[in-house]
Amino acid sequence: MRSLWEAMATAFDLIWSFDPALIEIVGLSLYISFTALLLSAVIGLPLGALLATKTFPGRQLLIALVNALFGLPAVVVGLLVYLMLSRTGPLGALGLLYTPSAMIIAQAILITPLVTALARQTLLSFWEEYDEQLRSLGLTPVTAIPTLLWEARFALSVVLLAAFGRAIAEVGTVMIVGGNIEHVTRVMTTSIALETSKGNLNLAVALGIVLLLISLSVNLLSQTASSISVRNQGSTA
Amino acid sequence: MKILPLELRKASYSVRGTQILKDLSIQLTAGSRTVVLGANGAGKSSFLRLCHGLLQPTKGEVIWYGNADAKLYQAFVFQRPILLRRSAIKNVVFALDAMGKSDGSSLERGMEALTTVGLAGKCHQQARSLSIGEQQKLAIARATALSPEVLFLDEPTSSLDPEATTEVEHLINRLHEAGTKIVMTTHNLRQAKRLADDVVFIHKGAILETSLAKDFFEAPKSKEAASFLC
Repeated sequence: MRSLWEAMATAFDLIWSFDPALIEIVGLSLYISFTALLLSAVIGLPLGALLATKTFPGRQLLIALVNALFGLPAVVVGLLVYLMLSRTGPLGALGLLYTPSAMIIAQAILITPLVTALARQTLLSFWEEYDEQLRSLGLTPVTAIPTLLWEARFALSVVLLAAFGRAIAEVGTVMIVGGNIEHVTRVMTTSIALETSKGNLNLAVALGIVLLLISLSVNLLSQTASSISVRNQGSTA
Repeated sequence: MKILPLELRKASYSVRGTQILKDLSIQLTAGSRTVVLGANGAGKSSFLRLCHGLLQPTKGEVIWYGNADAKLYQAFVFQRPILLRRSAIKNVVFALDAMGKSDGSSLERGMEALTTVGLAGKCHQQARSLSIGEQQKLAIARATALSPEVLFLDEPTSSLDPEATTEVEHLINRLHEAGTKIVMTTHNLRQAKRLADDVVFIHKGAILETSLAKDFFEAPKSKEAASFLC
């Protein structure tokens, strides 16, 4: 068996040489996770804002549900999406199982509660601050949402980066609904699992390094966004 | 007058069984500068919010007698300026757009309002990086850009230094001279004497006295007001 250092050296070679197999897997991973993030942002941010600003019957129940889904085990999400998309499932006719679309749906389902819950928490403090001023200017808790989202954009970008981090690092869900099919649904995490089980550490380590770099970049971006958000609080005391 | 007079008819406001304002009946008419006085916690700010519509009466009525949509012709300046995270001019333009008063000239109207408060030179500066006095002046500019018939001000100078306080008082006087009805709260009796034409005295959520400022300060009718002035 090759030593870890040999595996790492070969892995770096794969990265520096832009190995086509590596690029394909990384590209697909990014495509799937970014699309899932986009979907979850489109659903989760306005929903989180609505839960922060508007009082309506069933609001507490919805908040409890979102918080409960926030902690849902990833494999359970994978299993549910699998059951929905499998040939005998209610959405089986769409033929989405074992496609990138299925993986996007699963990741979006996984991270939307996270985006919604964290967005609500973030926007609550913004709403407490702006509530009276915006209502004084004729806005309602609903019509104020776009303004609120814009004002909180830096704080919310931290939420989205956290959600992206969870999506890109996910393995169980995408394995179940994607099937880890080469050139079709093989992403970084499922490849690492597969290549490691085969003893092919070169590609696994190379993908691991890329995943770590992505994770590191996400954290750096998150910290930067957080700093901008804090700086933007300004002085109004 | 488009929306005045304003009448509160036996208006009360309660939160979870605690009565904050009790059976308020008063009519506010155009012209004068009305200053609302009372001890801390008396209900001055709640009174202003009830008039402006930020609070809804749990009992009684708040009636604007004018023909126009009352919301469009009143503005509120809060004790602590609440500014959006954008430039000074964009804060004013936002208010004009939100109230549907831009008429395609929101930038010009915004600049005009900033000029009035002496902030034209800082129009592109981030609102929250302005000094607290400038922020309050910006909040007043934002309110006045809406050309309100009634301007509510909730202790607008409580966090300002004497110089900024004087400037804000000048602004309030200029707005009054331009025909804006001023309704403001303050806990500063000297300021009340300088600015008030008439006084509403609130004690424990109830209006105990409404009178001309001169009469109120010289001979308050209630013992609570007399005690407050001591």
